[in-house]
Amino acid sequence: MKSATFRIWRGDASGGEFRDYTTEVSEGMVVLDAVHDIQATQANDLACRWNCKAGKCGSCSAEVNGMPKLMCMTRLNDLPLDKPVTIEPMKAFPRLKDLITDVSWNFAVKKRIKRFKPRPPDAADGTWRMSQQDIDRVQEFRKCIECFLCQDVCHVLRDHHKHDQFVGPRYLVYTAALEMHPLDTEDRITELREAQGIGYCNITKCCTKVCPEEIHITDNAIIPLKERVVDDYYDPLGWVWKKIRRQQERTPAPAMPNEHE
Amino acid sequence: MADYETFTHDVLVIGAGGAGLRAAIEASAVGVKVGMVCKSLLGKAHTVMAEGGIAAALANVDDRDNWQVHFSDTMRGGQYVNNWRMAELHAKEAPARVRELEAWGAVFDRTKDGRILQRNFGGHKYPRLAHVGDRTGLEMIRTLQDHGVHQGIDVHMEHTILTLLKDGDRVVGAFGYDRERGRFKVFRAKAVVLATGGIGRAFKITSNSWEYTGDGHSLGYQAGAELIDMEFIQFHPTGMVWPPSVRGILVTEGVRGEGGILTNKEGRRFMFDDIPENYKAQTAESEEEGWRYCQGDKNARRPPELLTRDHVARCIVREIKAGRGSLHGGVFLDISWIKSKLPNGEDYIKRKLPSMYHQFKQLADIDITQAPMEVGPTTHYVMGGIRVDSDTQMARVPGLFAAGECAAGINGANRLGGNSLSDLLVFGKRAGEFAAKFAQEHSLGGIDAAQIGETARRALEPFDRGTTAGESPYQVQKDLQEMMQDNVGIVRREDEMATALEGIDALTERAQRIGVEGNREFNPGWHTALDLPNLLTVSEAVTRAALERKESRGAQFREDYPDKSAEFAEVNTVVWKGDDGRMQIRRDALPEIREDLKRVIEEMK
Repeated sequence: MKSATFRIWRGDASGGEFRDYTTEVSEGMVVLDAVHDIQATQANDLACRWNCKAGKCGSCSAEVNGMPKLMCMTRLNDLPLDKPVTIEPMKAFPRLKDLITDVSWNFAVKKRIKRFKPRPPDAADGTWRMSQQDIDRVQEFRKCIECFLCQDVCHVLRDHHKHDQFVGPRYLVYTAALEMHPLDTEDRITELREAQGIGYCNITKCCTKVCPEEIHITDNAIIPLKERVVDDYYDPLGWVWKKIRRQQERTPAPAMPNEHE
Repeated sequence: MADYETFTHDVLVIGAGGAGLRAAIEASAVGVKVGMVCKSLLGKAHTVMAEGGIAAALANVDDRDNWQVHFSDTMRGGQYVNNWRMAELHAKEAPARVRELEAWGAVFDRTKDGRILQRNFGGHKYPRLAHVGDRTGLEMIRTLQDHGVHQGIDVHMEHTILTLLKDGDRVVGAFGYDRERGRFKVFRAKAVVLATGGIGRAFKITSNSWEYTGDGHSLGYQAGAELIDMEFIQFHPTGMVWPPSVRGILVTEGVRGEGGILTNKEGRRFMFDDIPENYKAQTAESEEEGWRYCQGDKNARRPPELLTRDHVARCIVREIKAGRGSLHGGVFLDISWIKSKLPNGEDYIKRKLPSMYHQFKQLADIDITQAPMEVGPTTHYVMGGIRVDSDTQMARVPGLFAAGECAAGINGANRLGGNSLSDLLVFGKRAGEFAAKFAQEHSLGGIDAAQIGETARRALEPFDRGTTAGESPYQVQKDLQEMMQDNVGIVRREDEMATALEGIDALTERAQRIGVEGNREFNPGWHTALDLPNLLTVSEAVTRAALERKESRGAQFREDYPDKSAEFAEVNTVVWKGDDGRMQIRRDALPEIREDLKRVIEEMK
């Protein structure tokens, strides 16, 4: 068995340093396996988040050799092991300990986005009809595992720290999933432009590149949302027309489906 | 005296997977103040890993389906030791719970006429699983999470509960710590809902994450609740086996639902070799009939790959033991063959099983549209758990409720795939509803400072010992997992389980000598040490219950008692903490089933 060296950032909010750990590498290993081996044998208190170990929960986000990655889906045989593999926490969020950052800002942002508001049910039994074709796009957005790698790599957050003015790619995708949901009747155009700061995004597509779920964040979510905002604010005829139509669409929220028993 | 912060809620929900979120939503809808504690970040709980779908008799794809068929499928799958009333409630209420998710924004795959699509799964007579590709759990948890955050629920993320607090007989709160800083917290509540999931980390090969350490089972047990059916542990037939680092990771039953077949190294489709008597009438006679079933032919019967999980897992073990397994000790699961039947087979596989495609491609260098997967059984789910009232989900301890995997009853000796997600919704809702009602009828109880002080003192002991003098928490956990895997796994024997009990005693002693390094801030070594007593408690409960049930039924296979026995067909095993602090065990007669339901079962046989 060969071995490899991992240069892992150790420290907390007040500061820290990289430390080298050498461990054995076997076939099929991923970065998270190496971190676990090191944790079990050399650094019992090494902090990292993880859950599913299969790219489905989005817990183990970190920067591996400078690239934002899920540690559980990053194979060691895809990395050059002749030099140390660096592993460090995401940079767009405050450091807590070792590989863990404070991502609570993301949860607070989501809470501020207007919730799903469906049209009244289509059928008497309280159900709706939607064609698969009409939901394909929304299903793409709903693949998001909330790993926050897109937030980490977004320069508006990472370099310019506009956390108070810009919600980041994750929440533009989230808003897009609501706005393009065939049943939704809510209007989020004003908040997209103002509170969510969609104008800050200058479509460099860094978020799309790092998405482990391969969601076309920029092309399918952000650009169509930007177009909606532009249509709404800078096209006077369209503005009047939409205003009227939206008022007509505003209907009371439907009752929950009835209990079955 | 321990230093701690105090929070007060009407209802405290411990766990934020499907059951916990659904309970919290229901309780807050009633109007009480709800707090929720979870070990990970919100939305990362194990529900997110569920792939195949939610079982509910919506009858969108096959109009012959209804709650009676779902009920009798669940009872048959559980080998009739299920709690019949829970199986009834579950079958009746699951469709409304699924439709409710749609009203909250879930986007399920659709039928041609625009309704919720349903797929085939093991043990279900008709296509019954509402799904989103093979990421249904993600859709469900995200829908509940996004709905829940607008309900005014106080979420305490990354907190672990160490003990439930009692005032006399009643549960009145919980005591734990936040993982981030290691500070102690007291949560006072008028009612507590346990929704902590399972115990898979007691075994070496498992599809479960670090969180699954039997916390709710153990917290309930220590507080005086009874555990039933603990011998029934579901080994999912298809976990990944290669490379070693991914061993145990789940491969959805949806692969077989979409037409995937199991073969041995000789290329033989071995599932046709052994079909249990009570499933013969429902199972295809030829490969051709099985394929027609997967294609929606209502006159065809389902292929043997879709027999119940307990049986499929045992057939795989048999093939491997007979030397007919794959190179890395599994068998082959092939979905790529359907290309010979479907014109756009490759695209179809990628569309219906996207995360399986991704998982194998990235982790095992295998393209499942071109080649078979290597699979073998993995510890997946525990049917056993806290005994609760079938309608209210309250344990025998007043003020304590349980829902989801940590509660028991609905699944009997074996759970059908897809019945877990619906169980979380149906009984999560009920637990939330009745916990809120209990909270409205009771005031806050008193807090026992001595209990808190003692728990805090014990929690900090590993720091005093340090790593040089003490045992490593990781090593003790690993030794326990290997010991349980070897001695209380898929095939069980009395002598091996006796060895396991001795092993648990020895490990319990070692666990008391564990030392950790570093400080209280996000320290996984310390966290592992504090989770260990729970793992040891559930390991002992599983072993004792498995010893007590001297027969083979559902997920329990005893080499020394290979057949079902009439005597054990009538009982549940019950484990509880005796007055002397030692684990006690007895058998209780099953509750008498209602006449009309008995007839439903007879008619569907």
